[in-house]
Amino acid sequence: MQEENKTAQFEAVALPLFGAAYNLARWLVRNDRDAEDVVQEAYLRAFKFFGGYRGGDSRSWLLTIVRNTCYTWLQQNRARDLTDPIEDKLDELGVSAENPETLLLQEVDAQLVRRALEDLPIEFREVLIMREMEDLSYKQISTIAELPIGTVMSRLARGRKRLRELLLRRMGKEGLN
Amino acid sequence: MNCQEARNLMNPYLDGELDLVSGFEIEAHLKDCQACAQAYDELRSLHSAVSIAALRFQPPAALRNRVRSRIRDEAKVPNRLAPLPWRWLIPTMAGVALIGALSFLAFQNRPAANDLLAQEIVSSHVRSLMEKHLTDVPSSDQHTVKPWFDGRLDYSPPVKDLASAGYSLVGGRLDYIGNRPVAALVYQHRQHYINVFVWPSTEASDVSARALVRQGYNLINWTNAGMNYWATSDLNLAELQEFVQLLQK
Repeated sequence: MQEENKTAQFEAVALPLFGAAYNLARWLVRNDRDAEDVVQEAYLRAFKFFGGYRGGDSRSWLLTIVRNTCYTWLQQNRARDLTDPIEDKLDELGVSAENPETLLLQEVDAQLVRRALEDLPIEFREVLIMREMEDLSYKQISTIAELPIGTVMSRLARGRKRLRELLLRRMGKEGLN
Repeated sequence: MNCQEARNLMNPYLDGELDLVSGFEIEAHLKDCQACAQAYDELRSLHSAVSIAALRFQPPAALRNRVRSRIRDEAKVPNRLAPLPWRWLIPTMAGVALIGALSFLAFQNRPAANDLLAQEIVSSHVRSLMEKHLTDVPSSDQHTVKPWFDGRLDYSPPVKDLASAGYSLVGGRLDYIGNRPVAALVYQHRQHYINVFVWPSTEASDVSARALVRQGYNLINWTNAGMNYWATSDLNLAELQEFVQLLQK
């Protein structure tokens, strides 16, 4: 009886978040089949630890487990994905460094954005996915990614700046073809 | 507000994370400064381009069902989360044994309960290697591993780095032993992994280390400063003992 209860409660909390869990995992491991494996394992782990979940923000709770499972998986299977070095010095956000080209995103198609996002180092990619697609707050992202809020903020700013540059580069290339 | 400040605050402004006063200030600046207003427009259109639904990956329909049935299978596995009747039975069994074999039992400390626990510890150890799921927080830095447990457990496990002695910290993991979430610390010695499970002890005083063997794995159990420890590994007993002594120092 107790076990059935636990299972039902877990399903009520975790299954509505299945789409968010899959989307995050898929963007982190960048491959359908691996994402499926990782999500399945993350859910089994979440179920195992469900006794430790004390209510509250279930998205942060579950996505933390999903993200950890992704990182463990990447470390064991594709460690090079994690070694993309991101320089510590803050990318210039200054006015002078602004690229003179104007990005006309109305003309950018989704495939181009998808490829540019996939090219971002994981540190930037994950905060962008959580912020833009999952609509998570800085606080929630800081909990899930285990980063100080200030770092979340600067990674988002730098990630967007890099994404913009990647898009401009890709659009330039396509324009020449 | 000058342009540099406005650029710095543009992202949190876009994300609705800015306090009210700074929000007003940046709005005022954007009204006056065309260059910044254009930069902000671009940022906003980048935001809309990334947040469109088309970029989200949808899970295949079969996956949800597969995960659900795996969870239900998991819920049926008896040994993993010892079902309630068993927990009642253990002291009863110990009591019966006590009447029958007083002299023998005086020598051993609650064998049934510890036996079951040792079994669980070994299963967890094996699973952690098999499922390629050694760590939730992979780090050799004790100052990264220890705080990671904050908020995940209602106690703080001591974390020690013994790399200088050849036992390097690999990371930490949340595990589930004896019906409660526990800290698992993972160490590596040559090609051997050691799992150390730590949780608050119910014993009033320290208990010195005892060694057991289960399924070919060595286990050492002790209690120190209110914490219960189980170290297990396929490492030979002498080295595991050395490791435990280093840990206790």
